[in-house]
Amino acid sequence: MSLTALDIDRIANLARLELQPEEGQRMLDQINGFFTMVEAMRAVDTTGVEPLPHPIATIQEVALRLRDDLASEPNQREANQQSAPAVERGLFLVPKVIE
Amino acid sequence: MSKTQKSLLVQGYEVVIGFETHAQLSTQSKIFSRAPTAFGAEPNTQACAVDLALPGTLPVMNKGAVERAIELGLAVGAHIAEASIFARKNYFYPDLPKGYQISQFEIPVVQGGEVSFFVGDEKKTVRLVRAHLEEDAGKSLHEDFIGQSGIDLNRAGTPLLEIVTEPDIRSSDEAVAYAKELHKIVTWIGICDGNMQEGSFRCDANVSVRKPGAELGIRREIKNLNSFKFMQQAIDYEVRWQIEQIEDGHTIQQATVLFDPDTGETRAMRTKEDAADYRYFPDPDLPPLVIGRDWVARVQSEMTELPRVMAARFVTDYGLPEYDATTLTQSKAMAAYFEAAAKACGQAKLVSNWVMGEVSRRLNAGEVGIEHAPVSAVQLAAMIGRIADNTISNSAAKQVFDALWTEGGEVDALIEAKGLKQMNDSGALEAIIDEVLAANPKNVEEFRAGNTKALNGLVGPIMKASKGKANPAQVNELLLKKLQG
Amino acid sequence: MTVLHHMTVAALAAELRAKKVSATEVAQHFLARSQADTSGAFLSFNPGATLAQAKVADAQLAAGTAGPLAGVPMAHKDIFVTTDFPTTAGSKMLAGYRSPFDATVVRKLGVQAGGAGMVNVGKLNCDEFAMGSANENSAYKSVTNPWDTSRVPGGSSGGSSAAVAARLVPAATGTDTGGSIRQPASFCGITGIKPTYGRASRYGMIAYASSLDQAGPMARTAEDCALMLSAMCGPDLDRDSTSLDVPEENFALNLNAPIDGLRIGIPQEFFGEGLASGVRAAVDAALKEYEKLGAHLVPISLPRTELSIPVYYIIAPAEASSNLSRFDGVKFGHRTKDYTDLVSMYKRSRAEGFGEEVKRRIMTGAYVLSHGYYDAYYLQAQKIRRMISDDFQQAFKVCDVIAGPVAPTVAWKLGEKTDDPVANYLADIFTLPASLAGLPGMSVPAGFGEEGMPVGLQLIGNYFKEAQLLNAAHRLQQATDFHLRQPGGAK
Repeated sequence: MSLTALDIDRIANLARLELQPEEGQRMLDQINGFFTMVEAMRAVDTTGVEPLPHPIATIQEVALRLRDDLASEPNQREANQQSAPAVERGLFLVPKVIE
Repeated sequence: MSKTQKSLLVQGYEVVIGFETHAQLSTQSKIFSRAPTAFGAEPNTQACAVDLALPGTLPVMNKGAVERAIELGLAVGAHIAEASIFARKNYFYPDLPKGYQISQFEIPVVQGGEVSFFVGDEKKTVRLVRAHLEEDAGKSLHEDFIGQSGIDLNRAGTPLLEIVTEPDIRSSDEAVAYAKELHKIVTWIGICDGNMQEGSFRCDANVSVRKPGAELGIRREIKNLNSFKFMQQAIDYEVRWQIEQIEDGHTIQQATVLFDPDTGETRAMRTKEDAADYRYFPDPDLPPLVIGRDWVARVQSEMTELPRVMAARFVTDYGLPEYDATTLTQSKAMAAYFEAAAKACGQAKLVSNWVMGEVSRRLNAGEVGIEHAPVSAVQLAAMIGRIADNTISNSAAKQVFDALWTEGGEVDALIEAKGLKQMNDSGALEAIIDEVLAANPKNVEEFRAGNTKALNGLVGPIMKASKGKANPAQVNELLLKKLQG
Repeated sequence: MTVLHHMTVAALAAELRAKKVSATEVAQHFLARSQADTSGAFLSFNPGATLAQAKVADAQLAAGTAGPLAGVPMAHKDIFVTTDFPTTAGSKMLAGYRSPFDATVVRKLGVQAGGAGMVNVGKLNCDEFAMGSANENSAYKSVTNPWDTSRVPGGSSGGSSAAVAARLVPAATGTDTGGSIRQPASFCGITGIKPTYGRASRYGMIAYASSLDQAGPMARTAEDCALMLSAMCGPDLDRDSTSLDVPEENFALNLNAPIDGLRIGIPQEFFGEGLASGVRAAVDAALKEYEKLGAHLVPISLPRTELSIPVYYIIAPAEASSNLSRFDGVKFGHRTKDYTDLVSMYKRSRAEGFGEEVKRRIMTGAYVLSHGYYDAYYLQAQKIRRMISDDFQQAFKVCDVIAGPVAPTVAWKLGEKTDDPVANYLADIFTLPASLAGLPGMSVPAGFGEEGMPVGLQLIGNYFKEAQLLNAAHRLQQATDFHLRQPGGAK
């Protein structure tokens, strides 16, 4: 499985990362090196094996815990927004979102 | 192709529609956090650390959201999955704090099911593919900011049930009827407040066209239809637009479109995300949702009687036609009103006629629900009782009803006050009939010659002469006797 | 009286309870040492907050309401969010970030009501978002190994291990996703334990790989680790859906129990060619000690050991790529000054905020989840993960604990491995399997290898068997003194 520069561009876009050209090239080489290492994994016969949802599922059933429907979080807007880059009248500001 | 299907064709094209509806669930708290869900709060005052995706926060599942999903599943006859999986739908958008939405992908909580409804007199059934739980996103506000948008995450994390149909819908009429029926179901069972202006019930319509018998056409998705009126307009426009494109030799490109109510047109949105590579994978923060059969059984036993079950009961217990039963079960309140009135006076069909007729007409005109009807079920029953026992005629009843609705009062008192008691004295009536027969010899002759319609010319003057108090049935009976005798 | 910084957590706790020293005095002592340190172990201090905590601890000690470790200083890996210290996760993305809430582990260890009463001296350096094995991926500065300041301390909890080894604090918290507690503990000659996955709450622990991350203590002795782990573990049912509903346990209860008949499984795959001879010698010597203590060595096989590398490096980056999407410059964290629209804001904020290794893992992760590749990579990896986990269960049928090296080598030189990330991944081979299976694992000082650098012995237990591991480690520490040795550089 060999990635191309186009793949790097596509993934970088999906992940919202701006890569400089030499960065992109370096990443391409390193990731391709990584996938060479990964190839052995693909050949393993996993027929009939279920993926593991939670490590403990190896030995016991794991089910999602459900909490009662109670609204107990108080309004902590100020504390929650203390590290916000741009806030006005309680709203987070971002460049205009065009639909 | 059936006659009905043929008649639904637009310019020779078959319309194929599938719906995705997002119903906000009526829980107190959010699906994965304990922040409140109430509508209309100041920005970001109902967005806790989990909703804001602050570093280190984790989701914890709201039992109330699951219970509501079970209720919906039971209401549509679907399978409730024993184990379903939450998955992350990854994309970037300012109203999506985590950069992913927790949803369900391969294994949803509700599978299958169907929704039946009437379009005109025809019964239609739309199959559901699935319904799954997911979280709502926040809101972007544009008006007050120049070149910027303000993000309010109060809505982020509100529980949604996304209900997906097979592409079984064949017209905008069917689409609206489906949407209304689904709206009725979710509000009836109390899982959603159905407030479309507030965004509690949002529909996306996937629309495509094809020549009958051809492959499915490319579909475009009309997003965020939040009124039945706009739904109809949007779909009609989109269908015509697609047909025009095809006829002009263009191919339809898959796209997401928005309906502009001002122009009445649909237009393609700027894409939110790359041709939908959402990189779904099971959310490692949430183990599988397990729903035991005993929980389902308990929910089933505690569930309010479902509209279609109630409608079936109205048919068997009250002898109502299916159409009436379905119309009367359009809301819990209306069904309750009907049943109270029918039990009080024992005249189910008459009650049905009045509720579907006069009562509904006035409610629609005043844009109020039946909970606010000035005439109570008991009052209506009393009035219908007086029709049934021949105290008043149908037309007199209309006057009584009008008075009850606009001024209030008591049925018998109003009948007295307005002098609406029907004339039941056959002697006086016979005298009137004799007079009218004598005054209209031509009609008598025509009737006796075989023209039954000539009767109408006689009934009118009789009713007039009796100042509307004659019992029409009695008039007909005596009139025929005299004419034939 | 022993110098304060040579005292263990247990000893300090006793001194404080006996009122021989106050929490304030102790805090001042360690704060001064830590602030004077040049290894790069600490990222931030807040003396006011530290002394305020000490004051609370003193009040609790006076009132008799103190937790078991009241007044004992420690430091938190900068992956745990704290309200009174900034949290950076070793990244520029969170420069200056202040969390409005404390991590559950922080609350359980701290002076808040119900906590163990420990006093936080500062936030410890780590690899950025816990991704790395040498602490060289920290966006702020590298950390030097107190045993040899030209070498790395290990990672990603490099600041934690260096601080404990240099006696800047008697104990620290770390996090272990693929070995990030065990490996730095090994490289710095200290003791560290990663509990069973789900035993310590992840709420407030900045997520790297959700199905692998676990918090754990790092200290000089097994006893200290047991005391801290007891405080750190426990159900957090209201906040963490992966937290197990398993009661709190006193892991120090049976530390002294004899280990006669303990069956120690020795995986053949852990002793292959890649293992440095100095490391092997130290590990073998430790295993001989165990035999002297009455344990039996049992040969076992963990056949998919090598596969754990690609499996881990598919799963962890995949989860990380998603977990790190919240860092978008909208609600918190770094926002670029140089953007023209929303998309460029996202792309540049993230490009500027994240370091290279983080970007690489995000890219890899996004790729293996992307359309068309999910089945072949991610799903396949999750299936093999189950097989690896089953392999351990097979092994535990014939042994009680599994032992072997923590890493193939001793700590390497700073800068030596920064050019080849894949080579770095390969060095995780012994710690990854237990991570994937969610099993508890420890590193115990076992001696010294090449260049006189510390070597750790890894002990892996079955689910919920932390007490057994700590008991075994403690018994070794009663028979050896490697855990008491000091780096030459430490004063």
